Amino acid sequence: MSSSFSTILTETSEDIGMISLNRPEVLNTLNIRMVEEIVQALEQFDQDPFIKVIVLKGQGRAFAAGADIDEMMNKNSIELELLNQFTVWDRITWIKKPIIGAVHGYVLGGGFELALCCDILLSSDDAEFGFPEVSLGIMPGAGGTQRLTKLIGRSNAMKLLLSGERFSAKTAKELGIVSAAVPNEIVVEEAMKLARLLAQKPSLSLRMIKESVHKAVDLPLFEGMQAERKNFYLLFSSEDQKEGMRAFKEKRAPDFKGK
Amino acid sequence: MGEAIQYECSNNIAWIRLNRTDKLNSFNEIMHKEMLLALKDAERNQEVRCIVITGNGRAFSAGEDLEGVTDDLDHGEVIRSRYTPVILQISRSKKPIVSAVNGVAAGSGLSLALACDFRLLHEKAKLVQAFIHVGLIPDSGNLFYLPKLIGHAKAMELAVFGEKISSQQAMELGLATKVITEDAWDNEVQSFALTLACLPTKAFGLIKEQLSRSWEMPLDEFLEAESYSQRIAGLSYDHKEGVIAFKEKRKPDFQGN
Repeated sequence: MSSSFSTILTETSEDIGMISLNRPEVLNTLNIRMVEEIVQALEQFDQDPFIKVIVLKGQGRAFAAGADIDEMMNKNSIELELLNQFTVWDRITWIKKPIIGAVHGYVLGGGFELALCCDILLSSDDAEFGFPEVSLGIMPGAGGTQRLTKLIGRSNAMKLLLSGERFSAKTAKELGIVSAAVPNEIVVEEAMKLARLLAQKPSLSLRMIKESVHKAVDLPLFEGMQAERKNFYLLFSSEDQKEGMRAFKEKRAPDFKGK
Repeated sequence: MGEAIQYECSNNIAWIRLNRTDKLNSFNEIMHKEMLLALKDAERNQEVRCIVITGNGRAFSAGEDLEGVTDDLDHGEVIRSRYTPVILQISRSKKPIVSAVNGVAAGSGLSLALACDFRLLHEKAKLVQAFIHVGLIPDSGNLFYLPKLIGHAKAMELAVFGEKISSQQAMELGLATKVITEDAWDNEVQSFALTLACLPTKAFGLIKEQLSRSWEMPLDEFLEAESYSQRIAGLSYDHKEGVIAFKEKRKPDFQGN
């Protein structure tokens, strides 16, 4: 793993790769460099054959309280178009391994958009979510209006995006944004437990399932069904499929190789 | 801070003294603002392991300042913007909060006392559900806490008849932790707070949380939350200290974390 990162920390725990946003003095507000480093770290873990699952979290009091306002405040539209800074976010879509987000404290604006890029979100029960962009005369620009709407539906997304109101982990749970809200002290521990559970599964299955679920969100049902079917067939070329089904017949625990 | 309340921290105790003595410490906007700031500061301050709310002068608090009640007042908005944040902050606090009711606690003054974890009553204190006498309902969480403290039937009687309750009656109803005489007031309030400030504060916070969950969650969810809470307690310094002290047959020296 590259050690040239200055805004994030990366570490591995067996077959789990961890990325920690590490600008706690500014509540991990995202700037261009930080997003670039997060995406690079995701890509490196994605290519690392020993890593099966990725966990994303924030150091300090917050996951990420938003984006660095100073960086864009005085830019004009043409400068932003040419800078094309959000294109780096598109690369997160290509990450094949499951990303588990463990969020706490403030999960706002760009920080919330980053959280929405995760495949599974666990939250501390005192986390605060929200898209405050509307109150600054702008709007989310790194997928917020798209990902949130696809996740929780038009009506709920409209209310949260138009009002800019902050909402609790409890509400995030009710809306289906996070899969669980647990005490702050153990949110990372719980994310790691989940990561270890997933890491024991055959990684090719994880990969094909993740891809298919994303297709379900983006494609019409018929197209999605075709994509799912191809992925299903594809897994029958894996050693783990043979092992998994054989072990089931032989009533023993499977020994998956990730191949 | 400092206009409507006095706030100080000493010996791990945060003292919040309602200080509109000429108005019997009745609530207005500035008092709520300052209380909320003080409560949040006490929550953040790692030194603080117990919070005491009391009143300066004769009264604990006479409730909402009726001078501010005009014809065009939106009562709902007053609750939402001023009372609710304070009540929620008290409920979410992970530190023991004591109301030392030094005199009359009427209306939302009583509600404030009900929202606290413990109520110490001065022997001459009076509790009054004053709301019904002006055609209003007990607010700021009053009817949330009251039936949990004394049961549905008694809560109904108090809310509907609004009779003055003496500290002795309050004790019998289960509303008071302790009734304290005039002579002993300062010392006993201080020593009660100090006892709380020496507890394993982390465990206290988790107990408070679990107790309130017992009213809200079905058993299976409650037990799941309990396992999280015990995991957190099990990671605390004070747990280790408690076990070592037990083995060494000495008193534990809890640090609150």
